[in-house]
Formats: sequence, structure tokens, C-alpha cells
Amino acid sequence: MSEKIEENKRRKVKRKKWTRDDTELTLLAIPTFVWYILFSFLPMFGVIIAFKRYQIFPGKSFLYNIIHSEWVGFDNFEYLIKSKSLYILLRNTIGYNIVFIVLGIVIPVTLAIMISLIYSKRKSKVYQTAMFFPHFLSWVVVSYFVYAFLSYDKGIINTVLEVFGKEPVQWYMESKYWPFILIFMNSWKTTGYATVVYLASITGIDPSLYEAAVVDGATKWQQVKNITLPSLKPIVIMMFILNTGKIFYSDFGLFYQVTRGVPASLYNVSSTIDTYVYNALLSSTPIGMTSAATVFQSVACCITILLANWIVKKIDSDYAII
Amino acid sequence: MKKTFKNQEPIMKLNRIKQPTNILFNIIFIILSLVSIIPFVFVFIISITSETSIRKFGYRFFPKELSMIAYEFLWNEKDIIINALGISVLVTVVGTLVGVILTTALGYVLSRPNYKLKGFLTWVVFIPMVFNGGMVASYVVNANILGLKNSIWALILPLAVSSFNVVICKTFFRTTVPDSIIESAKIDGASQLNIFARIVVPISKPVFATIGLFLTFAYLNDWFQSSLYITNSRLTSLQALLNNIQKNIEYLANNPSAGLSIQQYVSQMPTEGVRMAIAVVIVLPIACAYPFFQKYFVTGLTIGAVKG
Repeated sequence: MSEKIEENKRRKVKRKKWTRDDTELTLLAIPTFVWYILFSFLPMFGVIIAFKRYQIFPGKSFLYNIIHSEWVGFDNFEYLIKSKSLYILLRNTIGYNIVFIVLGIVIPVTLAIMISLIYSKRKSKVYQTAMFFPHFLSWVVVSYFVYAFLSYDKGIINTVLEVFGKEPVQWYMESKYWPFILIFMNSWKTTGYATVVYLASITGIDPSLYEAAVVDGATKWQQVKNITLPSLKPIVIMMFILNTGKIFYSDFGLFYQVTRGVPASLYNVSSTIDTYVYNALLSSTPIGMTSAATVFQSVACCITILLANWIVKKIDSDYAII
Repeated sequence: MKKTFKNQEPIMKLNRIKQPTNILFNIIFIILSLVSIIPFVFVFIISITSETSIRKFGYRFFPKELSMIAYEFLWNEKDIIINALGISVLVTVVGTLVGVILTTALGYVLSRPNYKLKGFLTWVVFIPMVFNGGMVASYVVNANILGLKNSIWALILPLAVSSFNVVICKTFFRTTVPDSIIESAKIDGASQLNIFARIVVPISKPVFATIGLFLTFAYLNDWFQSSLYITNSRLTSLQALLNNIQKNIEYLANNPSAGLSIQQYVSQMPTEGVRMAIAVVIVLPIACAYPFFQKYFVTGLTIGAVKG
């Protein structure tokens, strides 16, 4: 708050002239600015491909091709909506994300509170380090880990099943298990990191609050409910808004690598907008239609993040991020 | 830290959870820790299991027969492995340097309260946070307009800057670097570039470490850029190599030695072990290094959480 007042004061005494300082700072900012133009804003104009029927004029540059391709309005989107896959893609992308967001808050917050209550700080450090490990692995590597467990003829799970006299399972062919496998793997990879982040905010809570609570005779459970959880609210809400903003995006590596390239047998349960676009991009699908899918994704996300932020702002403006 | 803990001890000792609860929590976390670590241990064991043992019994935690054949094989193919390792290291080092410079420079500029273009540049950073052109448009721009296909820059440039990191830097500089230092340096006639390099950088090590580590692991673990833009095998990084091998193990047997055909060569390959051995080669350095850097990953996020 005081910063805001100070800033208003500064604004009043703001010099009108362009100073040497401004020139130097601009020079310092130019390389990054150029990066933003090339890698962030140029692609934003690339969305016009979604409204064109992309044609290749022999011997001409790509830019020429785009500019001289015919405008088709929303034809590409119509085609996308009519294709059956859109329903599955949306259902999977949003469905998994909702589960991930809920579990990504409930599990780590619970674990963070539990780990903060353990007597030995040294042990708690060891647990944190161990649980942090999956965060540093790429999904390619993780897919090998998963394969070691799920391989049909060599995987350890089938070996165990056989010991108990059960039939081995063709894991990479049976779609019914995959929602659980994908959710488990996502939690496996992200829980440790999130736990440590929430724990960092728990350790930042003023200890005198707890002391006062003890003096008043509060039980441990009451302290968690009335001190720890409310203190975590801002960071939980921030995580919530950030993740809601990505609800139309999926963690491509999770869906593509862990399933070993989204085989046809698992298409219904593991294809998301991103895996669809990736496969389309590297195949001969018309680029206009693929582009329509990503434009839809970007616009939908933009709306969701602003909406989530707006709702949070309505409830309590202190917690909004924008 | 310890001292304050001691002062609180009498009152806080009453406030502990009960002994049985403590034991229960410990058991839960021991299980979770094992679940996090064991897959890697398992893959390591597979990589040192002999091929016949794998064929007969499948993957086992306690293999009947050990062998180093997979690592020997990798050693024989060291040209490919070392080339891939070289690409990974090059991309990671150059990428991290470029990324840190670009990110912190803009972060610093945005942290200067009186800068004229501050409002404009804030929008430049903010807009990509809520809207982007999407994968197709980025691909088209990078591959066709900027001509990055099969160029090492395709692995480096697109990942160099993220608005999230810029905001972390901006908030850090705004809150920890005192304006008075910068003002007095300006009075002494130092240029902003000088101030940034000589004054701000040395007192802002934590944020540099944080951004640097974010970027290092992003580059080290990247296979996605590679799978989109790289077809030239000389530019394949370790992660991309592992990704390609998942599709066909023959990828490794590009140039079989001494008069063997590719088929013969492949049939002699300890295929199962080799896949796992490459995964181990990638993960082992990370596993050894990350405990020392872990804390920066958390501080980075908590700095970013402060509204700037």
C-alpha cells in the first residue's frame, strides 16, 4: 500500500523530458524486447493462418504463401467442430486438468502441514529432498520408468500378477486403466515440488500466532484449521488462478511420452488438444485446421484466466493476481 | 534459527503432535520418499542386469545375473553418446547464459520506477502471460520465417525468456536493491549498463541463481524443441536421443563396426539394458546435483508470489 502512495507521489514529480537514463535503460531492454517480438508477438499474428486456406505457390516464400492464400473466415473452425475428435479432446483436456488442479492443491497442502509437524527437522529435510526428485526428470525419462513397471512381458507388475496366479495385463492396450495411471503419474511428478512450496509458506507463518493459540488452549487440529490453512489461502489462490489459466493446455510430455506416443488403443482416454496438434503438425493434416485448434486453445485460455481472476477479485480483491 | 527455537521450546513442546501421530507421519513420508526414488533405482538395476536374465525372468529388483554389457555397448558407441552429450551441454550452457542475461536485463529495466517506457514494456511482458499464438503459429514462425529448422538456435532461443521469470527478477530488484545506491552511482556518472553489471549483479546473486537453475533444468530436460525442429543426427541432444530410441533402438546402430550388417549388429545389441542405461546416464548427474540447488527453486517461486 505504502508503495502505491509513493508511486503516486513519484508520478506527480515525474520529469517530462526524455533523459540519458531513459536512453540507457532502453538500450538495456532492446535485446529482450526483440526476443519478445520474434518469439511471442510474431506468432500472435500467425493466428491468421487459422482463417486462411493455406496454399503453396511454387518457388515463393512462406510469407508470400500466407499473404496470398484465400481468406476462409471460420471454415477451419467449423471443420474442427464437426470432426468427432473435438469432443474427446476437450473432455480429456479439461477433465484431466480439473482432477489435476484439485489433487494438486489437496494432496500437497495436506502433506505440507503433516511434514511441518514432524518432530525431527533433519528427517523432514530428507523426505523433502526425496520427494522433490521427480520434479527434475523429463517425461521422456519418466516414460522409461513407467515402462519398467508396465511392460507386458517383462514389467514387474505383470510378474507380480503372475506370482499371484492372475493373468498378465496388456497395459498399453487397455484404456480403462489409463485415467488412473495418468493421474497417478502426474501426482507422482508434481506433488513433491508443490509440497515444498506450500511448506515454505507454512514456515513463514509468525510463530507467536501458535503460541497465543496454545495459551488459549487450542488443540493442534484447531490451530491447523484456524491459523495454518487461512495463512496458506493467498498462495493456494494464486496457484489456482495460474492453473485454471492453463485448463485448455495439457502437459504434453505426460500424455505423449508416458503412453508411448498415444497409441490408437489409448486414443480415447489419453489424447488432448496438444497431442492432437503435435501429431497433426508432423503429419499431412492441413495446417489451417491444426492452427484453428491452437487458436481456439489460446483464446479459450485467455478468457478463462481473466474470468478466474475476475471471480477471485469479486470475492476478495487482495487475492487477484492481475 | 536454533536460538529462537530454544526460546520457544518450553511452550512449543506442549504444542507438539502426539508421539504415535509423529510415528505415523514419519511412516507415511518414508513410503512417499521411497515411491519417489525407487523407479530410478529399478531402472538402474535393469541397466546392469544381463540380457539373458531379462529375457528369461523379465525386469527384476533382484536379478539373477549382473552384467555391464549395456554400458560397454554405450562405450563402443561413444561417438554418438559424446556428440549428444556435447549438444546437451552446449545448449544448456549457452541457453542459460543467454536466458539469464535477457531475463535479468529486462527485469532490471522494469524495476526502475522513473523509466519512461516502463508502462509499455510491462504490457509487452504481460500480454504473453495471458495470450499466445499457440504451438502451430510458433512452429511456423520459427521454422519458416526465422529459418531455425535444423539449427542449434532452435533449441536455445525459444526457451530463453519467460514472462514469469522476468516478473520474478523485476520484483526481486524492486524489493532488494536500494534506490539510493543506484542514485548515488548515477551522480558519480556511471551509465545504467555499468550500474547493472557492477552494482546490481553482485548484490543480486540469489535471483541469478534461481533463474539460472530454472533455465538449466529446462534446457537439460528439453526434448520437445528437438522433436519439432531437429532431424539432423549431429544436433541430437541426450534427451532427444532417448526419445528417438524409444521409437527404434536401431537408431544407435547407425554405423555398425567391422563388416556386420545392421541387422546382425542389432541382434547382438543388449537392447533392453541399453535403453535403461541411457536413462541412467541422463538422470545420474541430475540426481547427484539437485539436492544442493533445491532451495533456489523454492525461493524463486516465493519471490514471484509477491505482487509487483
